[in-house]
Amino acid sequence: MADTRVKLCGITLKNPIIAASGTFGYGYEFAEYYDINVLGGISIKGTTKNSRFGNPTPRIAECYGGLINSVGLQNPGIDKVISEEIPRLKKCFENLIIANIGGFSVDEFVYSVEKAGECEDIGIIELNVSCPNLHAGGINFGTSPVEVGKVVSAVKKVAKKPLMVKLTPNVTDIAEIAKVCEAEGADGISLINTLLGMRIDLRCRKPVIANKMGGFSGKAVFPVAVRAVYQVYDAVKIPVVGIGGVSSARDVIEMMLAGASCVQVGSANLVNPFAMKEIIEELPAVMAEYDINTLSEIIGGAH
Amino acid sequence: MIKQNCRVTENTEIAPKFFRMVLECEKVSIKAGQFINITVDGFYLRRPISICDFDDRTITIIYKIMGEGTAMLAKTPSGAYLDCLIGLGNGFDTSVKCETPLIIGGGVGAPPLFALAKKLAADGKKPKVLLGFNTSQEAILVKEFESRNIPVVLATLDGTAGHKGFVTELIESGYDYFYACGPLPMLKAVYNNTETDGQLSLEERMGCGFGACMGCSIMTKGGAKRVCKEGPVFYKEELLWQTQE
Repeated sequence: MADTRVKLCGITLKNPIIAASGTFGYGYEFAEYYDINVLGGISIKGTTKNSRFGNPTPRIAECYGGLINSVGLQNPGIDKVISEEIPRLKKCFENLIIANIGGFSVDEFVYSVEKAGECEDIGIIELNVSCPNLHAGGINFGTSPVEVGKVVSAVKKVAKKPLMVKLTPNVTDIAEIAKVCEAEGADGISLINTLLGMRIDLRCRKPVIANKMGGFSGKAVFPVAVRAVYQVYDAVKIPVVGIGGVSSARDVIEMMLAGASCVQVGSANLVNPFAMKEIIEELPAVMAEYDINTLSEIIGGAH
Repeated sequence: MIKQNCRVTENTEIAPKFFRMVLECEKVSIKAGQFINITVDGFYLRRPISICDFDDRTITIIYKIMGEGTAMLAKTPSGAYLDCLIGLGNGFDTSVKCETPLIIGGGVGAPPLFALAKKLAADGKKPKVLLGFNTSQEAILVKEFESRNIPVVLATLDGTAGHKGFVTELIESGYDYFYACGPLPMLKAVYNNTETDGQLSLEERMGCGFGACMGCSIMTKGGAKRVCKEGPVFYKEELLWQTQE
């Protein structure tokens, strides 16, 4: 019998499949299509201190092997997420809930992380540091070791839950950023967020996305994600969660061999609402094919 | 929403760049105004297409080649299978009390109005249809409406059939409700030139088509709504277009 259990920040998951933030809403919407309790966990739609409508449309552009999105953190704000969305998810989901928290200043991060930490249904807090710091000239927190260090250190003081930092790949040295997070007290690293991209409409000769640029994700980014996970696994001792183009059970195993304790599935959910259920169902057979009895034993196996 | 592999039994060009495709499916429940989302070979995202007609076992769509994805869809041979998500979106609310609803369609916005008109007629209402196209060659579905004794008044931009000009110039009193689907400028003109309540079916570039990605959100009086999930059909009074213009 294949053992698919894994551990993340002290929490045991029945399998390493977690829904990536922004691709699975608040989870309960998918409960009408299948029993979402098959999932190891859900990272809910990115949340900020204040409610946000997000960016103008078009927010989506088709790409080869993926898509660009520029949704802009549409969400009702942390207070409403905790009072309305989490209880609705909790009614149909008993496994790990990860709160994905974004912010545009250190204070905003601190406010939301403190609130999320008080919610007993949230198991882990995932910091989305791929946001511009409006108090530092709009520099993206996650691209600057100094800025990311400030955020992690500040929120760690108030976080009453394990703190995971989700890193952007749009940097020169992702391992260096991961080390800063670990030094400032992060309990885990998840990566990669989307790659900055653009498409241009030939007919109107303008970017397809209203906001011009957006985040590229999907199957095509998988090798970039595997590489980044491999590098970060070497650089830190805290657990790593692999995100980026995961679309099959084979991808899950490859990501874990690179060093991921578990994976998040994102864009695949958008083209097939049953993607994660199908990956979980095929996992035991693929494990058997590669002589894996206990999935957790292969973490970092490629090093 | 149901995910099914549907067999293509017809995929023919009925007007320049307009294709009618018939899909065989297992028994599904569909409402007029809903859409399907189709996986197209070689493309990552699905292509959302409105449902023109349906019965227990078939779905008919009419789509226009707008880019590479729909161009590839047009090459699908009969007998091929397509991976479809069926029954997406809210569909038209046909429970609204009215007797003489006006149906206004523009271009590739016309197809979902056929399923709607059939439903309204079946409910004993007397719908009248206004359709606008660029040119007479593109004037799809006119015979299909008329064969069901649903009157159609036509407008073409180049004047090659019916009224020369915009379909919205054909709006005259005598209706007690309206339904509309078409390009955004047409819908805004309908919004501004109708005297009754009504419903408008919107189009937006979508990621998933079933409410997961928030790629197609619009702001309404009741807050942010997803065109693919809470829409694509919105009540006139929900829309914020008056304040924007």
